[in-house]
Amino acid sequence: MSETQRTLTQNPLEKTWVPWMKSRLSQRRGSSVPQFTNSPTMIVMVGLPARGKTYISKKLTRYLNWIGVTTKVFNVGQYRRDATRSYNSFEFFRPDNAEAMKIRKACALTALKDVWDYFTREEGQVVVFDATNTTAERREVILNFAKENGYKVFFVESICDDPEIIAENIKQVKLSSPDYMNCDKEEAVADFLKRIDCYKLTYVPLDDNKDRRVPLNLSYIKIFNVGSRYLVNRVQDHIQSRIVYYLMNIHVTPRSIYLCRHGESELNLLGRIGGDSGLSARGAQFASALGAYMREQSIRDLKVWTSHMKRTIQTAEALGVQYEQWKALNEIDAGVCEEMTYEEIQKSHPEEFALRDQNKYRYRYPKGESYEDLVQRLEPVIMELERQENVLVICHQAVMRCLLAYFLDKSADELPYLKCPLHTVLKLTPVAYGCKVESVFLNIEAVNTHRERPENVDVDRDPAEALETVPDHI
Amino acid sequence: MKHRSPSDQHHGKRPRVPIPTAAASFSPQDGMEDKPPTNPRELTQNPLKKIWMPCKNGLPEKHISQRKVCMTNCPTLIVTVGLPARGKTYISKKLTRYLNWIGVPTREFNVGQYRREFVKIYKSFEFFRPDNEEGLKIRRQCASAALNDVRQYLTEDGGQVAVFDATNTTRERRHTIIQFAEQNGFKVFFVESVCEDPDVIQENIVQVKLGSPDYTNCNTEEAVEDFMKRIKCYENSYETLDEVLDRDLSYIKIMDVGQRYLVNRVLDHIQSRIVYYLMNIHITPRSIYLCRHGESELNVKGRIGGDSGLTARGKEFAKKLNQFIQAQNISDLKVWTSQMKRTIQTAEALNVPYEQWKVLNEIDAGVCEEMMYEEIQDHYPLEFALRDQDKYRYRYPKGESYEDLVQRLEPVIMELERQENVLVICHQAVMRCLLAYFLDKTAEELPYLKCPLHTVLKLTPVAYGCKVESICLNVDAVNTHREKPENVEVSRMSEEALLTVPAHQ
Repeated sequence: MSETQRTLTQNPLEKTWVPWMKSRLSQRRGSSVPQFTNSPTMIVMVGLPARGKTYISKKLTRYLNWIGVTTKVFNVGQYRRDATRSYNSFEFFRPDNAEAMKIRKACALTALKDVWDYFTREEGQVVVFDATNTTAERREVILNFAKENGYKVFFVESICDDPEIIAENIKQVKLSSPDYMNCDKEEAVADFLKRIDCYKLTYVPLDDNKDRRVPLNLSYIKIFNVGSRYLVNRVQDHIQSRIVYYLMNIHVTPRSIYLCRHGESELNLLGRIGGDSGLSARGAQFASALGAYMREQSIRDLKVWTSHMKRTIQTAEALGVQYEQWKALNEIDAGVCEEMTYEEIQKSHPEEFALRDQNKYRYRYPKGESYEDLVQRLEPVIMELERQENVLVICHQAVMRCLLAYFLDKSADELPYLKCPLHTVLKLTPVAYGCKVESVFLNIEAVNTHRERPENVDVDRDPAEALETVPDHI
Repeated sequence: MKHRSPSDQHHGKRPRVPIPTAAASFSPQDGMEDKPPTNPRELTQNPLKKIWMPCKNGLPEKHISQRKVCMTNCPTLIVTVGLPARGKTYISKKLTRYLNWIGVPTREFNVGQYRREFVKIYKSFEFFRPDNEEGLKIRRQCASAALNDVRQYLTEDGGQVAVFDATNTTRERRHTIIQFAEQNGFKVFFVESVCEDPDVIQENIVQVKLGSPDYTNCNTEEAVEDFMKRIKCYENSYETLDEVLDRDLSYIKIMDVGQRYLVNRVLDHIQSRIVYYLMNIHITPRSIYLCRHGESELNVKGRIGGDSGLTARGKEFAKKLNQFIQAQNISDLKVWTSQMKRTIQTAEALNVPYEQWKVLNEIDAGVCEEMMYEEIQDHYPLEFALRDQDKYRYRYPKGESYEDLVQRLEPVIMELERQENVLVICHQAVMRCLLAYFLDKTAEELPYLKCPLHTVLKLTPVAYGCKVESICLNVDAVNTHREKPENVEVSRMSEEALLTVPAHQ
C-alpha cells in the first residue's frame, strides 16, 4: 500500500479535483456524471421497412449524444444507395436476386468495418446499426463481429401491423427518399409496399420460439405498435437501461413544444447575469403578449412549465393558466459571478473569463455550474417533454440553449452560442426525422443578452479584447 | 403596483405556510383557448421553501406550486399478481419505500396481513384449498376490507399511490378490483411476478416465509412442506396476465426475477417511473457501504459547506478506511465520491479507481456557505429558526433544501439499485438522504439521522429490509450533529438557538 497521497489539484476549466500525476492532468477523470460505458455498445435495429427503425435510430442517437455519450448511426440503406447509384425498383430486394444479395451483404460488411473504425479510432461509445436485420443469419454475422471485438450488443426490434401507421410512415419519410425522386406518389407507394413484401418472406423476429435450438441469451427490447407494448430481455448495464427507459417514453403523437425565456428582467437591463430579479416594464408587456400569442395558438391541454425563479413565474402568471415550477429549469448558477456584469467579471476574474471563452461548454463557474452540468440537470425535463404533448417552457438563456440543442441536434461546441433572444418564442414541431422550428418575435423591444465568442481567448489578452462582444446595457 | 419584499412579512406570529394540497381553491383552466387576460397576480416568496407564489393582500394564495411535475392527477392503485413466494411483498415494500422517498405518498396493503388479523391462528395449507368455502369467504372479506382501507387512504388521507399486495391470480378477482378502481376514479397498474425457478422459490421461502407469524410453531421441514402445498392450492386457478385477453390493461410482467419484462400500456409519468424502477432492482446479494469524507479543515472550525481539504485526522481516517475495505475482501467494489475535495482525498487513499458524481456534493447552504452556526444565528436569525421548524423543507437562501437533495440524489439511488458492491464516500446531509431511503425513514426523521464522521455504515439487504452495521474506525473527529433545539420560535433568544451546536475550535 502506497503511503504517498497524490496531491489533488483543481482543473481550472471544469473545477474538478484530479490527482496531479505529471501529464495526467489532462485526463478527464471527473465530469458531472460518471462514465458508465466500459465496452463499446452496438445497438442493432431489427424490423421490416417502414417500422420506424431510422426514426428511432436518429432520435436515440440525438439523445445519447446530448447526454454526453458519443454515438453514431450507421444506416445500411445509405451504403446501398452509395453502392448502386440509382434505384430502379423493388426487384432489387427480391430474396432470389443473387446479384443484389451480394451487394447488400457487402454493404452491411462495409458498414461494420466503419463501425469498427468509429469505435477504435474515433473513440465512439455507442453505435446504432440501422438496417432491417430481419434474418437470424444476418444477426449472427453481427453478433460474431461484436464478439470478436468485445462489443456489447443490444437489439431494438420494431413490430407493427397497423396499416394506417405504416401508410403514414411511407408518406412522411419514404416518398421524399432519394430512391423515389423521379416517381409519382402512387408509383412510389406501390413499389415500397412490394419492397416490404420481399422482406416478409424471410423475416424471423428476434428470439422466435419456433426456431429455438439453443437459447441465444440476447439483450433486446421489442417495441409493439409504436409503444403500446414492450418486451425487454436481459438488460446488461446502465446504458442499456437508460436506452430502454428512453424508448419507452417517446411517442409519435403530433404536438408542439414552445420554448421561450422569461420577459426582460431588471438585471437584464443592467447587463448583470444570474440573480433572481423581477420583470422590467417591457418584460411585463412581453408576458401579456405571450398570453395573447398562446391564446391565438388555441392549444388544447397545454402544459406550462417555469423555473423557480421569479422572472419566469411572473411571466407565466400573465397567462392566467396553471403552471408547474421546476427547480431543474433554473438558470445556470454563475457561482461567485452571480449578479455581476461582464465588465466586472473581466476586472475581478480575468482568467476565469478567458477560460470560459476557451471552452464555454465545459467551463464551470467557481462555486457554480457549467453547461455540461446544466445538461445533466435538464435530462429529466427532456424525458418528461418526450412523454408530454403540447408544452410551453418558460425558462432562461443557458437553459433554453441546452433544450434547443437537444431538439435541433446541436453539438457541445455550438450549444453555448445558440441564439435565444428575449421576447422570442420558438415553436418546435416534430416532422419526419427532425424538428421544424418557427421563431416568433412578439414585437416588444428588449435588451440583447447574447455575447459572441471574442477573437482573442488567451488569458493574456487586453480587457478591451475580452469585452469586445459584450452587448450594450445600462 | 407595490411589490412587497419578503422581509415585510415576518412580523410577529405569522402562521407557517400551509402545504398546498391537490384540492386548491384555484380553479384549473383546461387550455389556452379564448380566456380573457387577467391581471398578473403579485408574487411573494415563501420564507421556508423560497418558492415564489402568487399572493393577495400579502398572503399567499392556495396554489399548486410544486417543486417538480405533478406525477398523478388521479390516485394510482398498483395491484400485484402472482403465486405465493414470487416476491410480491418484496416488490410492494420496496416500491412503496422508493415512492415515499421521492415524495409520492404511498402505502402498501397486504391482504395476507388482514387475513392473519382475522383468523388469528393459522393451522395449515387447508385454509387455502379452493374447495374450502369458509376459507374463501374469509379471504374475500379480507380483500374487501383492504380495498376499503385503500379507498380511505387515497380519497381522504392524502395518499397518491396504494399498493394492493395479494396473489390476485384469477381474472375474476382482478376484475373486481378494476371495477372498484373505476368507481373511485383510480388508475390501475398491475405488477405480475412470474417465476418457475425452484431455487429462487426455495430461497424466498427460507428468507421470508419461515419467519412468518403463520409458521412460528413449526420446524423448518414442516413449514416448507406446508407452504409448498399452499402454493399448489393456487396453481390450478392461476390465470396469468395474457397478451391478448388483457391487452387493454396497464401492467408489467416480471419474469425470472428480472431477466425479462413485458410492459403493456404505460399511461402516465408515475407508471413510467415505476416501470423504470422495477426494471433496475435486483436481488443479488451485495453490500452498500456509506461513509462521509474524513474530517475536514472546515469541520474542525465548526463551519458548514465549503470545499476544504482533510485534516491530519481526516487523512488518518482515509488510511483506516483503506485497511477496512481491504479486510472486507469485497469482489468488484465500486467507489463513488462527490466532486468536493474532501471526499476525493479520502478516496485517493484507497488506491482504486473511483467515480466522481457532482450530484453527491453536499447540500448547498447558499448565503450561509462556510459560516458557523453562531454566525448564521447572528446574521440570519429568522432563517436559522425556520430551518429548525422544518429542516426537511427549509431551503437556504440561494441554496438548497433536503427536499431538493432527495430529488438530486434520485439517479444515485437508481444506480445503487443496479449495482452490486458499492462504497459511497459523501457528506452529512447527502448520507442522511441515502440512509433514509435504505432504512425507510420519514421526511421528519431524515434530517436528524446520525451520520458521524469516521464511521462506516454497511447496509446489507435481508428479507424485506436492510441490515445495518455501524463500524467506527477509531479515529477521533469533531462532532457535526446539531440536534433540534427545544425552542424553534423566531422570537427565541440566541442562547436557545445555539443550545445544541456541537463544540468546535
